[in-house]
Order: sequence, then C-alpha cells, then structure tokens
Amino acid sequence: MSTKDKVIAIIAEQAVLEPSDVTMNSTLEDLGIDSLGLVESIFSIEEAFDISVPFNANDPKASDFDISTVASIVAGIERLQAEQS
Amino acid sequence: MKRVVITGAGTINALGHDVPSTLTAMREGVCGIAALELRDVDRLSIQIGGQVRGFEAEGRYNRQQMSLYDRFTQFTLAAAKEAIDQSGLTFSGELAAKSGVVLGTAGGGVSTWDDNYRSVYEDGKNRVHPFVVPKLMNNAAASHVSMEHNLKGPSFTVSTACASSNHAMAQAFSMVRSGMAPAMVTGGSESMLCFGGVKAWEGLRVMSRDACRPFSANRNGMVQGEGAGVFVFEEYEHARARGADILCEVAGFAMSSDASDIVMPSKNGASRAMAGALADAGIDRDEVGYINAHGTGTAANDKTECAAVADVFGPHADKLMISSTKSMHGHLIGGTGAVELLACIMALRDGIIAPTIGYEEPDPECALDVVPNEAREAKIKVAISNAFAFGGMNAVLALRAA
Repeated sequence: MSTKDKVIAIIAEQAVLEPSDVTMNSTLEDLGIDSLGLVESIFSIEEAFDISVPFNANDPKASDFDISTVASIVAGIERLQAEQS
Repeated sequence: MKRVVITGAGTINALGHDVPSTLTAMREGVCGIAALELRDVDRLSIQIGGQVRGFEAEGRYNRQQMSLYDRFTQFTLAAAKEAIDQSGLTFSGELAAKSGVVLGTAGGGVSTWDDNYRSVYEDGKNRVHPFVVPKLMNNAAASHVSMEHNLKGPSFTVSTACASSNHAMAQAFSMVRSGMAPAMVTGGSESMLCFGGVKAWEGLRVMSRDACRPFSANRNGMVQGEGAGVFVFEEYEHARARGADILCEVAGFAMSSDASDIVMPSKNGASRAMAGALADAGIDRDEVGYINAHGTGTAANDKTECAAVADVFGPHADKLMISSTKSMHGHLIGGTGAVELLACIMALRDGIIAPTIGYEEPDPECALDVVPNEAREAKIKVAISNAFAFGGMNAVLALRAA
C-alpha cells in the first residue's frame, strides 16, 4: 500500500468514512475530525510508518508537520521518513 | 450550619518539604521545574517535571512501613504530620471517633504499578511482593493517615483527576459544616513522575518540553509535578474554644459537571462552579481579591478559564488578581488543588499574592491581571481556588480571611 493509501485509510477510519470519500485535498476539519481525533490520527501515523511526528496539541499550526490536508500530511510523512531513516 | 476554619497546613512539593519553605519559594517566584531524574528518562519525549528532591523516605519511615508506603503515601504522611502538628490537635475519645480523613488522588500508587509491571513483564518474574495491592490502592494514603493519627470517623479517597483534592476538601468541608465531624484531615497527593506515569501523559500531546507558562501567549502545554498538601479543617467554635491559630475560613464551595467532553474544558461548567462557590459562601463577587487559577498552561484551559472568570465577575474581573502557581510547582494532578490552597492562605493571611512565573507575552484571550513573574503585596479578604478536571468535573472552594 502506498503512503497515500495508508494515510487515507487512517484518516477514513478516524472520520468513520469510506476511503473513497477521502481525497488528497480533504482537510481534517472537512472530514469532521476534532482535536481528539487529530491526536489519535497522529498516533496511528507514527505507528504505521514507524516515525516520530513533532506535534503539540496546544498549537497544531506551530509544528513543522503540516496537517492542513491529506496531501500535506503525505508530504510530511515522506519528509520525516527520509530524515528519520 | 457550622463555620469551618483551617487550623493546620502541611505540604511537600517541588518548591519545598514544608509550608514555610513552599511559601517562601512562591513569594520569590522560584521555579521548581527541572530535568527529570528517573529510570529510562532517555526514552521519554517529555523530560521535565516538578520533582520532589532530597526527600529521604528511608530516614523517615522504617522498613516495614516502606514496604507499605508508595511514594504518594510517603508524601501524604509527611504533609499530614506537619498539618496536624500545627493544628495542635490530638485525636482521642469523642474527637477521634468523629474526625476522619478525606484525600484526593488521581492515580494512587502509580510507581508501585509501574515497578511491578516492569518486574513481571520486562524482567519476566512470576512473583511480586505480598503488599503490592495495599501499597498501590488509591485509599492507602488516607488509611495510613487515619492509622497514624487515630482518626476513626468518616474516611475515604476521592478521585476526579485534576480536581481530586478540591472535591476531597469540599467533602471534608461539608462534613464539618453540617456538624457531622468536629474536624477533618483533608487535601491530596500525587506521585506520577515515573516512566509509565510520564509516558501516559506524553500520549496526549499536551505537555510542554521546556516550561509551564500559564496565560502567556507563547505557552505550549502543561508540566507534571508531584507532592502533597494536607490541611486540618475544624469547626470554628471548637477551634476558638481551644485558642487555636486560625489560618483562614473555608466559606463555601461548588461542584459542577460539564457533561460535554472527556478532555476539552467548558466555559459554562467552570463559570457555574465559580459562581456556585460564591453563592454557597454568601460572598459578593466584588469581594473576591484573588483567584488561584487552574491555569495549566495549555491552550484550551487558560483561555476557557479566563473567559469563565470574565463571565462570572463582569467588570470586577479586571480588578481582581488571578495567578497559576503551577508555573512553579508543576501540575500535581490529583494533589494540585491542595498545594494551590497554600497560595490562597498566603494571600489571605500574609497579604502576598503568588505570581504566575514564566510569563513572557500577553495573550488577548487571557487579558486578566495574572500577577506576572513577581509576587505582589495586597490586602484581600476573599480568595477562590479553581480546579477543572478531565472528564469535565469541576470544584471551586471559596476562602475568607480569618
């Protein structure tokens, strides 16, 4: 499974949607994922890709890891994989 | 209804091993938060905390006691002794039969769980010490205080996460006010600064890696602390008749439940608890000079708490002082309200308002007088102490100068 498909599967599960309902341009907010869902999604991503994601729930936007869309999350994971491998 | 006063106080926390040293540190704006010293700290992503240092339990308690006392019990017993010694009470006869112990803790014997899980899971041992259960149980500390000081009345432990101590003290207050008990030993303790205790908090992603800066625009989360605060709540006439030194009066309390979210705070729940405590105490909002804030240093708590204060106090919100001493001793979770009550007593008795240290940048969403960085002298008559827990359970105490 590609990084993109894995991320979509994680996000879809969190949003209780079908993967086909999640696109690269979807934002977590559009999908109805709240702050608890976001923290759980980050955890699932760390587990799935064996990476450590810099993320502080007090200020999600301050982190280098851009969570604004599915596409930005995929790009962030690829960057962290390269840095942390 | 009886009046209730505080005639003894005791503590141990990152700022000091007793009340005088803790109040001196609060007055001087000392930061008790530092690099954690504990096993496997290198595997933690959060490596700071308000740890109690230099506490030699071995010297205080014998071997038999040590096998029964988790660190949260050790802290409680040290603080209870200081409080009861200061009160001058000796519990015997009728007084002993009616007086009890109500304490708060969120986790109880967390390091006993941690050590013994490690032993059976990591080290592969198939046997644990026979006293693991009586050592880790949440009521262990209250039980040992009752045994040590002959308190034979109503005793139990309250667990409502970060509001545990305030809920416990509210219970003890009710018991004395109703005439059920002439005196109650109350407060709370917590000791979660072990690998598992910190690792669990890390998971929530709300912890700061560098400092607890409540109300400051650049705040980035909470920092754990540990320790205990214990008080003697006594019926006013009982205290007066024996000429006891009265530290302050406990005038009222309120509890509320947000009934909304398991971790996100609610302005409405917080407002109802503060307004309720004032109503219960018969205190006009304009009389309140100081609020010891819950002030965790998270984005969510601080702005919600400030909005709730503005709601409850209206224009007076801009005149009162509100500070978070968590910036100095860290968040003692279930013990936090008890240690923070000391800041209220200092404000009422000594006229010194403890500061919010680490304050660097004003936040328009927290635009109150947060007593930034330096303690302040002020004569006040009424203080309130806030605790707003995960699970949406809130408890606020209202105190009056003696």
